[in-house]
Amino acid sequence: MAKASEAAGGKVEKISLLRVLGPAHVWALGVGIVLVGEYMGWNFAVGKGGAYAALIACWFAGLLYTCVAMIDSEVTSTVAAAGGQYTQAKHIIGPLMAFNVGLYLVFAYTMLEAANAITLGYLVSQVAALSGYTGTLDQTPFIVLTILFLAWLNYRGVLATLNFNLVITAVAFVAIIVLFLSTLTGTTQLHHAGLMAGGASLPYGAIGVVAAMHFGLWYYLGIEGTTQAAEEVRSPARALPFGTMAGIITLLIAATLTWYICTGILPWEFLGDGVNGSVAPLFDASRLSGSTFLMVLLGIGTMFSTMASANGCINDASRAWFAMGRDHYLPQWFGAVHPKYRTPFRSIIFLVPIAILFALGAPLDQVITFSILSGLLEYTFMPINVIMFRRKWPLDTIKRGYVHPFHPIPAIVLLCLCAITYFAVFLGYGTQLIAMVGFYVVVSLWFHFWRYRFVKRGDQFTMPWPRPRGY
Amino acid sequence: MAKYKPPHQGKLGQIIDVVVLLILIIGALRLPLWLDLAGGAKTSAAFNPAATWADLGQNTPEKIAAYNALGFDTPNNEALQNIITARYDYTINYLQLLVMIVVVVGYFFLVIRFSGEEYKEVIAEKFGDRK
Repeated sequence: MAKASEAAGGKVEKISLLRVLGPAHVWALGVGIVLVGEYMGWNFAVGKGGAYAALIACWFAGLLYTCVAMIDSEVTSTVAAAGGQYTQAKHIIGPLMAFNVGLYLVFAYTMLEAANAITLGYLVSQVAALSGYTGTLDQTPFIVLTILFLAWLNYRGVLATLNFNLVITAVAFVAIIVLFLSTLTGTTQLHHAGLMAGGASLPYGAIGVVAAMHFGLWYYLGIEGTTQAAEEVRSPARALPFGTMAGIITLLIAATLTWYICTGILPWEFLGDGVNGSVAPLFDASRLSGSTFLMVLLGIGTMFSTMASANGCINDASRAWFAMGRDHYLPQWFGAVHPKYRTPFRSIIFLVPIAILFALGAPLDQVITFSILSGLLEYTFMPINVIMFRRKWPLDTIKRGYVHPFHPIPAIVLLCLCAITYFAVFLGYGTQLIAMVGFYVVVSLWFHFWRYRFVKRGDQFTMPWPRPRGY
Repeated sequence: MAKYKPPHQGKLGQIIDVVVLLILIIGALRLPLWLDLAGGAKTSAAFNPAATWADLGQNTPEKIAAYNALGFDTPNNEALQNIITARYDYTINYLQLLVMIVVVVGYFFLVIRFSGEEYKEVIAEKFGDRK
């Protein structure tokens, strides 16, 4: 990584980021983090509303993320700077909003990392059981070692780990396709009619469809992370919208295939319980296919997708934390770059115990809910952001790389879908929602009344734009 | 507008800020778990040792075969019954719903308002005071 950094002696060095990434890299960056959503977590949507509810939630969440991509592409193609939404918020709404957005990113990714580690621990215990181990395997060392190993990789440098990520993400994606093809050839038998008989498809009726939107976000959560690379993309105006939209289409296809396979093999009650039932649904579906090859392939796919995602999460969360330290939104100690590996090593290390704390002891659905809530707050910020962006800098005042069509319809649709999702989270997880937002209220007051005094005012605005209208 | 010079924060001050942040993060994220206030409002029926597959709503051969393949040979299994009979309670508590709406809307109102105040200072320092 290469960013402006404040070295220990107070000397400031500036190293610009290399513009080497194309649309394919943007696509791979987004899909790499998110593909794990097909391997675990999405199935809680089945538990909240039934099989059909999960599918409807998948498509509505796809619409939500299409709005996110449209809006985000316009702003990012104009604010083509590292930091993604955090940098956007600094320039368009103000420091406190940026501080909150930075925290959304950190917690969405750190909780996703914890969820990945939990799934990996489960997978190891399943492999042990399938290998003939009859005792109860303690998953703790596997969870801790996974987080420590990936943090160490990130500490040492980003390039090799991201290249590694591309390969293992591709393997995980191919594994889903192979499992789907096996259903076409008859190797894997699907029984949708029998498994969805009676009330199994929509056990809660219409309210279950709304409730399922909560975990419907999990199919795509993190795809907006593509904007983190804005400063490293050769042609942001073309690559970011194209790469992000292609990523969403890929995930929509993968999510629908995953739903189709899993609901045709696993009973909805078992599939919908991701804590005591199906922690890794694609792996469980492959186990029931009767094919050892498929079981091994999907086991590897699950392992690779969780590792790729956790790796990307550590990368993104630590950079968001680092950026806030660099801007003095957090203690500047976090804004240091390792002199040899050029990584935000202190931020990486600081977030390790937080991830471990949640990976151990917290049930998977609650860890995922924490991640989803941070993402949801971020998606609520986006329509506000784009409306203020258009007001402060109308289209004729600064040149956009990409202008999203039908403004403000995508912003309004996104706000409405966010409101529905808040209600969906409220159904069953209301206390967590209030506790999480309560945290952001307290930490916002802490920032505004205490921390902001350490922030250099004018340095927060770095884009070569004219004065915003109304100021 | 005169350029704002932030005060220097010493190591002790930074450590205190880090500790405060840690307490806030762990408190907000772990406290609901420790107090058993987090998680899905989901309850299972009491274990029935005499329950049949039909009693559990598993009334097609495909469902029974799937559970058999997952390692549940008989319905007389507490873990299995906990999974099958668990249901969310979607009865809406309107007071809690109102609290949620106030908290979420109030949060965004607070953040946008305070951000607006800070943003004015940023713009004034960057572009100079409006003439």
